[in-house]
Amino acid sequence: MKGFGMNKKQKRMLGRILLSAALIVILKLLPIEGALSFALFMVPYLVIGYDILIKAGKGVRNRQPFDENFLMAVATVGAIALGDYVEGVAVMLFYQIGELFQSYAVGKSRQNISELMDIRPDYANIEGENGELVQVDPDEVEVGSVIVVRPGEKVPIDGVIVEGEATLNTSALTGESVPRDAKAGDEVISGCVDMSGLLKIRTTREFGESTVSKILDLVENASSKKSSPENFITKFARVYTPAVCYGAVALAVVPPVVRMVMGYAPMFSEWILRALTFLVISCPCALVVSIPLSFFAGIGGASREGVLVKGSNYLETLSKTKVVVFDKTGTMTQGVFEVSGVHHAQIDEAKLLEYAALAESYSSHPISLSLQRAHGKPLDKARVSDVQEISGNGVLATVDGKRVAVGNGKLMEKVGAAYKPCGGVGTVVHVAIDGAYAGHILIADQLKPHATEAIAALRRAGVRKTVMLTGDMDRVAQKVAGELAIDEVYSELLPADKVAKVEALLEQKKPGEQLAFVGDGINDAPVLSRADIGIAMGALGSDAAIEAADVVLMDDDPLKIAKAIAISKKCLRIVYENIVFAIGVKAVCLLLGALGLAGMWAAIFADVGVMVIAVLNAIRALRVKNL
Amino acid sequence: MKKVYKIEVDCANCANKMEEAANRTPGVKHASVNFMTLKMSVEFDEGAVPAQVMPHVLANCKKVEDDCEIFF
Repeated sequence: MKGFGMNKKQKRMLGRILLSAALIVILKLLPIEGALSFALFMVPYLVIGYDILIKAGKGVRNRQPFDENFLMAVATVGAIALGDYVEGVAVMLFYQIGELFQSYAVGKSRQNISELMDIRPDYANIEGENGELVQVDPDEVEVGSVIVVRPGEKVPIDGVIVEGEATLNTSALTGESVPRDAKAGDEVISGCVDMSGLLKIRTTREFGESTVSKILDLVENASSKKSSPENFITKFARVYTPAVCYGAVALAVVPPVVRMVMGYAPMFSEWILRALTFLVISCPCALVVSIPLSFFAGIGGASREGVLVKGSNYLETLSKTKVVVFDKTGTMTQGVFEVSGVHHAQIDEAKLLEYAALAESYSSHPISLSLQRAHGKPLDKARVSDVQEISGNGVLATVDGKRVAVGNGKLMEKVGAAYKPCGGVGTVVHVAIDGAYAGHILIADQLKPHATEAIAALRRAGVRKTVMLTGDMDRVAQKVAGELAIDEVYSELLPADKVAKVEALLEQKKPGEQLAFVGDGINDAPVLSRADIGIAMGALGSDAAIEAADVVLMDDDPLKIAKAIAISKKCLRIVYENIVFAIGVKAVCLLLGALGLAGMWAAIFADVGVMVIAVLNAIRALRVKNL
Repeated sequence: MKKVYKIEVDCANCANKMEEAANRTPGVKHASVNFMTLKMSVEFDEGAVPAQVMPHVLANCKKVEDDCEIFF
């Protein structure tokens, strides 16, 4: 903790604060009065406040007078002119302490967030002429070069593994801590950390086009799209500071004049002091700093969890999401077909699967691949001969000397097997051996592991209605919707129908509610942009999704949707807490100050204290791990 | 054309003021300042040359906030 990580500017300020604080204490103890006292107190005053006075002067010269430097200069000079030397110097001192704290806190959180986002690779290794590794700037690596990634290093550029295998940690990208295995031929995405073996990767993109660069761009530019609280604060500060200044002038002039007219003593110095108190309270720093800081922390925390939010306005929309519309395939289901059951088997189920897998072993059709996966053991293709593919119907093959037919009902009729229809939902693969029906295998798209939980979590996060849209058959859609307890389902939709459905749903929602559409980014870009907020999931490596969506979920876990909403709610709650707290305390102090019930010390709390509390509160938005 | 510049500024309100000042500068179509990342992204008008526009942006920013810097 050397120097608490302060920079040069901050350290110099700390020195000035300590020096002037020490001087004030010493001067307070000395028996001095009058002009000498004034002259001596000017020393700590100038030590602590010279830059503020200069800035205030420049502000006036540039016709930008109403900033906090001006407020502080007027307030402290005023207090000193009224003979309150200690208060005048102390106000300046506390103001500078507040500024130092603010700059320190903001710098710290900036550092924290950039550490969280520390996925930018510093170099890429390429092999030199003699096989030695040379470190180069990732920007200079051309597409198609071979780069080397050693254990412990980040993959700097997107590419395909040409040699080696390794376990990759994608947690910096997805927030998911389960490592992934990768071997030759697999695509790898930049930003993953190589945890075990040496990899040689042929790059498929330039560094600037790689996933890691895109993500960094997205997060760093996120706050250029501002949310309504931020716009409110900007407008508020613009009106507020001049208003308070005029208020202070009125407070200094009007009551004494009224008193004079009514025949009382005017008490000018009392009212001027109140007006100065007014000025000190008024600084809008607490709001101006803490609101953008909360959003920045919220977006930073979310990206750590694999939720990329493209702007603070989207974080705000997300927090008001009441209707969530899903695409089915790739969002709630895996979009990968798996064997979900073996029915009416006349022989051992495993045997049936083995025959079907063997007969289909020469095909690369997804159905054949899922049969092979379900079988789970290596296939001895030598057992298979005389393979005959019957387009649209299935396959005939000789396995272990038996004639095996694998396919649909038509194929069964062709070989004369009495097949039984299937009651399940999905693709049915019938099997006949030597013309006798042996049973059927049901292959269906599988729900994602957390799909049911995800819908329940959305309800807990305050979502009123869930809707599923799919191009799939109604029977399949109804079954999935039933299992997940989704409120509404629309099936057999063409891509254009999905846009129309979302538009209809947008009209139905109540005012103030927001509608989110969640898709996998493939074919649903128009819907993603039509919804109030478009969420793309499983976006690792998919440019189209990153471009079209407002919120990007890096992995394809549907639970992240509810998590994203929870993060946005926490962030917005902090923002509103800060707005209400800061404006509330200031309003009360302004009132008490005007009535003469709050002195300079209360004013300093209302300025510096409120800002410190608001900044600390804002930093909470970074902690989203356990939401 | 859009470019991003690194900036130095001490307070969030000053960053807002810089943003306003940059937006008022001729040749700038839209400017936005991100206080948290200390970056200013400037979208230039068609035909404007960033190297000619940026000194004016800096001068305007210096007027509203003396203690700022833009690296271009």
